[in-house]
Amino acid sequence: MAEFHGYRRPHHGTQPDHLHRPYVSSIKRAPSKPLVQLPHTLSEVTGPSFDSSMIDVKACDLTKQQKGEPVGERIIVSGRVVDEDSRPVRHTLIEVWQANAAGRYRHAIDQHNAPLDPNFEGSGHALTDEQGQFRFISIRPGAYPWRNHYNAWRPAHIHFSVFGPAFATRLITQMYFPGDALLPFDPIFNCVADESARNRLISVFDWDTTICEHALGYKFDIVLSGRHSTPWENK
Amino acid sequence: MILRATTSQTVGPYFQIGLARFCVDDLTAPGVPGERIEIEGRVLDGDGEPIPDAVIEIWQADAEGRYPPEPDAQEADGDVSNRNRNQSEKLAFRGYGRIPTGSDGTFHFKTIKPGRVSAPDGTRQAPHINISVFMRGLLRRLVTRIYFPDDEANAEDFALKLVEPARRETLIAKQSVKEAGLLEWNVVMQEPNETVFFDV
Repeated sequence: MAEFHGYRRPHHGTQPDHLHRPYVSSIKRAPSKPLVQLPHTLSEVTGPSFDSSMIDVKACDLTKQQKGEPVGERIIVSGRVVDEDSRPVRHTLIEVWQANAAGRYRHAIDQHNAPLDPNFEGSGHALTDEQGQFRFISIRPGAYPWRNHYNAWRPAHIHFSVFGPAFATRLITQMYFPGDALLPFDPIFNCVADESARNRLISVFDWDTTICEHALGYKFDIVLSGRHSTPWENK
Repeated sequence: MILRATTSQTVGPYFQIGLARFCVDDLTAPGVPGERIEIEGRVLDGDGEPIPDAVIEIWQADAEGRYPPEPDAQEADGDVSNRNRNQSEKLAFRGYGRIPTGSDGTFHFKTIKPGRVSAPDGTRQAPHINISVFMRGLLRRLVTRIYFPDDEANAEDFALKLVEPARRETLIAKQSVKEAGLLEWNVVMQEPNETVFFDV
């Protein structure tokens, strides 16, 4: 039997409970029984992989998917995917999706009374490079209302889906923008008690990746679970 | 310095925009050895209502109980003939699927029955499909497994043994009453009959 190392469990307070009552949709959808702890097996330490033949290299630029330019503030979102030991997560698939500048998703069930943009689809994907780096070009998404509570508004955000090296490292999250006045009121952003964990969901404005007379740069690093240094430590 | 893993967030209601491109509901391909199976089911909320905005992801071994290799593992392999073989196998069976639920909360996929893979205690696990569940309202992925009916290996399975006996059947697919060969397996979010979810 091959020896392998399991992945670490999340640090206390950094991952949401499934039931978070302020987020009303969680009430009927969160499991009512405790999860069953599963020591990692070969099934959890392996995972799907995607190679460059499956990737559309143009899909990292969300501003060039139609004939014209989308309306809105052009942004460059870049960062690294690393594990908890700062090791780069190479060649992993990142998928992103977002609302347009007016706060409207190109989706049949989004009925928010804001205009669709014929030049903005709102989705992209890419593989990280050898250093775990990625770079998307997009427009800054708008805030939009939802029906969680009276006068509820989601802060501007971009959804990120990342696989990582193993079934155990799969992560879907959301990236927010610095200084957004809606953040303190959003039950999804505020789903964890640990303030520093929440703050890591907020991208950082970055002069180095800002392009003169073209686009504002934001940095967003994603950290996936790290591996145990000794086999079976997670048992 | 040890970093902390990024906080999970819900996929929200509009994930189809971002996740559509890599949806796969047929994991079989011509030439892939193994018993063809079809599984369908529903995702149900705490009121027993179907959930139309969920997505499940599949990760499974091939019929021989081997997980598809990572590209890195192939590149590290200096034997060119072996590498070619690995690549053709990878193209043939990727072990990956992603199926959003329909407006009636249903999902349906085709795959091959996986073989047995090793367990940490030295035994071999019963054939199973690893499942990730995402949906609007779920802040963090849920993980569960699909096992197969009437498989003797279930009795000695590493993960099933961790589950109280009365709840194990939520992890085992059933023969569908609709047609022979079709398996049914549902994701039930809350009691009674709540599906067993694993903390991985």
